[in-house]
Amino acid sequence: MSIDWNTYPCDDFYDELVAEPGRGRSAVAGMLADLEALGPDELVARQEAANVSIKEMGITFTVYSEEGGTIDRTWPFDIIPRIIPQSEWDRVEAGLKQRVQALNLFIDDLYHDQKIIKDGVFPHEVLAKSVNFRPQCVGVSPPLGIWAHICGSDLVRDGDGTIYVLEDNLRVPSGVSYMLENRLVTKRVFPELFEHYAPLPVDDYPSQLFDTLAALSPRPADYPEVVVLTPGIYNSAYFEHAYLAQQMGCELVEGRDLFVDDDDCVYMRTVDGAARIDVIYRRIDDLFLDPEAFHPDSALGVPGLMRAWQAGKVALANAPGAGVADDKVVYAFVPEIIRYYLDAEPIIPNVPTYRCMEVDALAYTLENMEKLVVKPANESGGYGMLVGPASTKAERETFAELVKKDPRNYIAQPALKLSTVPTIIGNKLEPRHVDLRPFILSSDRQQVTMGGLTRVAMRKGSLVVNSSQGGGSKDTWILPEQSEGN
Amino acid sequence: MLSRVAENIYWLSRYVERAENTARIVTVNANLLMDLPKGIAPGWRPLVDITGANPLFEEHYKDYGERQVVRFLIGDERHSGSILSALAAARENCRTIRDFVPREAWELLNELYLFARGEVSKGTTKSGRHAYLKHLVQSIQTMSGMLSGTMLHDQGYDFLHLGRFLERADMTTRIIDVRSANLLPEETTELRPFETIQWVSVLKSLTGYQAYRRSEQVRVQRGPVLRFLVQRPEFPRSVCFCVDSLQSNLTKLPRNEGALRVAGRLKRTLEGVEPRRLNQQQLKLFVDDLQVGIGELHDEIARTWFPPPFGMESQSQSQG
Repeated sequence: MSIDWNTYPCDDFYDELVAEPGRGRSAVAGMLADLEALGPDELVARQEAANVSIKEMGITFTVYSEEGGTIDRTWPFDIIPRIIPQSEWDRVEAGLKQRVQALNLFIDDLYHDQKIIKDGVFPHEVLAKSVNFRPQCVGVSPPLGIWAHICGSDLVRDGDGTIYVLEDNLRVPSGVSYMLENRLVTKRVFPELFEHYAPLPVDDYPSQLFDTLAALSPRPADYPEVVVLTPGIYNSAYFEHAYLAQQMGCELVEGRDLFVDDDDCVYMRTVDGAARIDVIYRRIDDLFLDPEAFHPDSALGVPGLMRAWQAGKVALANAPGAGVADDKVVYAFVPEIIRYYLDAEPIIPNVPTYRCMEVDALAYTLENMEKLVVKPANESGGYGMLVGPASTKAERETFAELVKKDPRNYIAQPALKLSTVPTIIGNKLEPRHVDLRPFILSSDRQQVTMGGLTRVAMRKGSLVVNSSQGGGSKDTWILPEQSEGN
Repeated sequence: MLSRVAENIYWLSRYVERAENTARIVTVNANLLMDLPKGIAPGWRPLVDITGANPLFEEHYKDYGERQVVRFLIGDERHSGSILSALAAARENCRTIRDFVPREAWELLNELYLFARGEVSKGTTKSGRHAYLKHLVQSIQTMSGMLSGTMLHDQGYDFLHLGRFLERADMTTRIIDVRSANLLPEETTELRPFETIQWVSVLKSLTGYQAYRRSEQVRVQRGPVLRFLVQRPEFPRSVCFCVDSLQSNLTKLPRNEGALRVAGRLKRTLEGVEPRRLNQQQLKLFVDDLQVGIGELHDEIARTWFPPPFGMESQSQSQG
């Protein structure tokens, strides 16, 4: 058994590594030969070494099991990296910064004058029906005017090589810890690849995140007290919460560790007494943040937290209400939002999107469901959507009824031909579909992760990359052109 | 250090200590019964008496037979003091503070819990019991060695010690309470044939037999054994040793005035008597005093350093 790139199937999809059978893309032309030289047995051995490493390092994510309990699953990872040339990445990075800058202006506008609505660019009815608009945030001016400090935008590449933004996650996006750990594992099990190639490092992220958060502190101290607020060990992303807290040298707190005193300041209970908190990187959804302002029976949050935030005594990242722009219908308006606030054309395009709230778009969607992916406005993790080409007639009919009942809540997009990357399946390399989630940090300055988290749909032909639904992941390399192969 | 983390470490430590102590008393009782004629043998009930969980036991079991008591103490998950429940609780506490506890210690505890649960049917048979309990005690000892050798000796470590020694002091007083009541109604000058064996077993439940022989250099009898278990500052399972350790850990913590005051009172209670002069009635009262003192110390530790109990947040906020 050997690796034969001439028979690697890459005609139907854009492959990130292989340009055409037998030939690699120019930035990584040498890598095909490198992998071939290692041979399939060695690759499988390295993959097994990676799996062992991941287990030992305790890289896990939590899934809810049928019996009602939860289990830690080891993180699924494929050792063949996904590679993006730096020149292409520079443009993507600029596009992401542009996008998040516009989204922050948009959110700030919605909670103040709503100029974009008055100017007729964004329909009032979309806002009126938004489930993530928080009346409690109206009139509040968070530090630096920034609402979404940490944004995870999902990118996909279509058959012709164009990179699109698929969605923006502005609430509590997760996955960055896996991006960091994936690089660590790759270095351990694949050291010789790093002799020929020098992917740009990713491990700055925790200190960049800390700087981003520290810049929001209401007290201009050198060492502001920053904490990570987690819902607790049963949350699926608890590993990441603990990881980031540890990497930043911050306390990992739960709601019951904090309280808001009569002075509207937030304190944590420590063995040494109460200690004031300046910035909270919260990984709890808006509605659970403060039982006084939202769900009264939520035990996860901190009573009075919204009051403290409104008074400017504590910074919350992301700010409550930032999720208003994390809505697939708002997504459809992002190109208009960029033009409106920045007077510029979007650098990274949106996937063409039919807004079912518009009569023509609704008609088109209902007639062409087998060609489209239809998504509800406010679900994440791949839940509640219809993938037209993979659906049955009955499923399409049921879904059509749902869409007709509440058109505002749905958008439709053409089914994209997601790009592929060679992935170890059994003892062979086969193409599997991928997406990419970079993270964009915004406070006194903007920073984008070098690459991001590449997620892989491990089942043949599948487009579902979510780890909760059997997806895997890969290390993502941004490769400077001058360091091309050997 | 967060109050919640301090509390988790404290309970982690208490539960682990509880599991170990329970394993010890079951082992020793089994050995003791083999040495005693059926007529004299106190049976298995005293072990349940020691835990104080009699009402719960009687709710679920018909009589204090060996099988029932052992099952209750080792593997009954309805009983929060059973070895299995204590290890489960220790593990849950440890899970939330994994970044404070060295990874090897967490893995050991995790394995230990899985072993205790997986092999519980062996542990409750006569033939498998000894090996099962021995493995538990050894693993827990390994874990405390690992913690003292690898964990940062910071505030977290102080709370680990507070939990361990408070639980241990509590267990030692319980053993004295129950065992002495069973043993001897009044002090007599003439030793009845099997008394010595029973006092030896008390010492053995606390792994104190060898230490007693070396340090006391008198025969095993009530007065010296009591003094040894209560007041001997060199014996690591004596009440005195536990209270000394508690005091020295408390000294290192901030805002410790209240807790030091309670611990000081406990120490004076402890030293204020000559155990051998106490008749059974007085001994009972004395042990009760010690237990009240231990309970008060726990309350003071919780009030000072732990998060307020659920639903009490608003009252305690102003104290900040």
